[in-house]
Amino acid sequence: MDRPLALLAELTYGCPLHCPYCSNPLNLGDYSDELTTQEWQRVLVEAKGLGVLQLHLSGGEPLQRRDLVEIVRTASRLGLYTNLITSGFSLSSRRAEMLRAAGLDHVQISIQAAEQALADRIAGTPSFERKKAAARLVKKLGWPLTVNVVLHRYNIDRVDRILDMAADLEADRIELANTQYYGWAWQNRDGLLPSRAQLQRAEATVRATRGRLGDQMEIIYVVPDYYSRYPKPCMGGWGRRELTVVPNGDVLPCPTAHALPLPRVSVREHPLAWIWERSPLFQRFRGTGWMPDPCRSCDRREADFGGCRCQAFQLTGDAARTDPVCHLSPDHGLVAAAVQAANHGPPTQTPLALRPHPRRLRKS
Amino acid sequence: MPSTMPMQTDSDTGHPRLAPHVRLTFDLARQRHMLLTPETVTVLNETGAAILELCNGERTVGEILAELRDRYDRVADDEVRAFLGDLLVKRRMVISGG
Repeated sequence: MDRPLALLAELTYGCPLHCPYCSNPLNLGDYSDELTTQEWQRVLVEAKGLGVLQLHLSGGEPLQRRDLVEIVRTASRLGLYTNLITSGFSLSSRRAEMLRAAGLDHVQISIQAAEQALADRIAGTPSFERKKAAARLVKKLGWPLTVNVVLHRYNIDRVDRILDMAADLEADRIELANTQYYGWAWQNRDGLLPSRAQLQRAEATVRATRGRLGDQMEIIYVVPDYYSRYPKPCMGGWGRRELTVVPNGDVLPCPTAHALPLPRVSVREHPLAWIWERSPLFQRFRGTGWMPDPCRSCDRREADFGGCRCQAFQLTGDAARTDPVCHLSPDHGLVAAAVQAANHGPPTQTPLALRPHPRRLRKS
Repeated sequence: MPSTMPMQTDSDTGHPRLAPHVRLTFDLARQRHMLLTPETVTVLNETGAAILELCNGERTVGEILAELRDRYDRVADDEVRAFLGDLLVKRRMVISGG
């Protein structure tokens, strides 16, 4: 069995933004019993012992955890590579300086679009100018800056301006990631899915900008799997390289596996090593033995591991089926129909559901 | 002025160092040196780690080659240059001066 390389720590599902493509679970209010500082510190020590090298601090909005600096300091002392994935919305100079002193290695700031009105509309909160200020602060303090932009029907036609904005902010890297349809994004899929023509224009823009900017900024473009022939190798294989700990201490092989009908497992009840090596959840889709056909006999079974279990479950109701994104899947028609509707159907009339703040969902 | 242009290693006068988002670490669990970026992990062999430990932004490529020749019997200069050049292309390394 491989040792995990990376831990995604979703510290809280609290977030000041309401992006309709959020991949957090729909039942946000069920995760309000968050791990304490000491519990997170123990998780980090156990993760390091298990072989984890990279720590991604995310959420929700990780800056909403008051103990973020302490958590970073612990991770840094353990020698983990620490990466903060943030909206940048509430990054004050003082907090940033404290995080820098605590040893934070890298910051990724999400930005919704290159124009204030559109960006604020997508985020559901006036946040554009604060995000740009946070990006400048990151550079001023000498951190490497990655700008993350999730692409969908409403911003993909403006990729040229998005790239110019990131270059103006002196980003070292920009990640243009087409929306993956989980959580709130799954609810909003038919409104978010771009057309093939939109994608082709965006990809041409990315190629041209790479040529123009040369080495000034690295441009990472994450393809949309609905338009791919083969599925993505989700998480590099189930329980193979990464694990996710969510706000209440549940551990998942991938950040969207909450919804799968599998036994849950928590750092509050078991050591991380037992969870990785022995828990039924992590063993369920590990390797290739669980695979049905066409995956079982496919040459690509060790390349894409049958694709994404969450996507198979969402689309077919059975997490053990081949990811329907694959053109070889017997269920591929489900994806083809969504793509067909995005390209030829009438425009969707349903307004996008904005991700609420978990406090508004908390059970009384 | 730092540059991330593919390295002109022929001159050997540039000062290579890891890019700001890259870290070299020794992983106790696997007993290997690793090169880390936010999304990638590169396993290094002993020689690769020895080369990168010398890339502190102060030594030139020429000085690094000389240092390696002091330590090891056989040093293929072109292979060291190719190793550094590859990391430059992958943006794991920057080179200044030269």
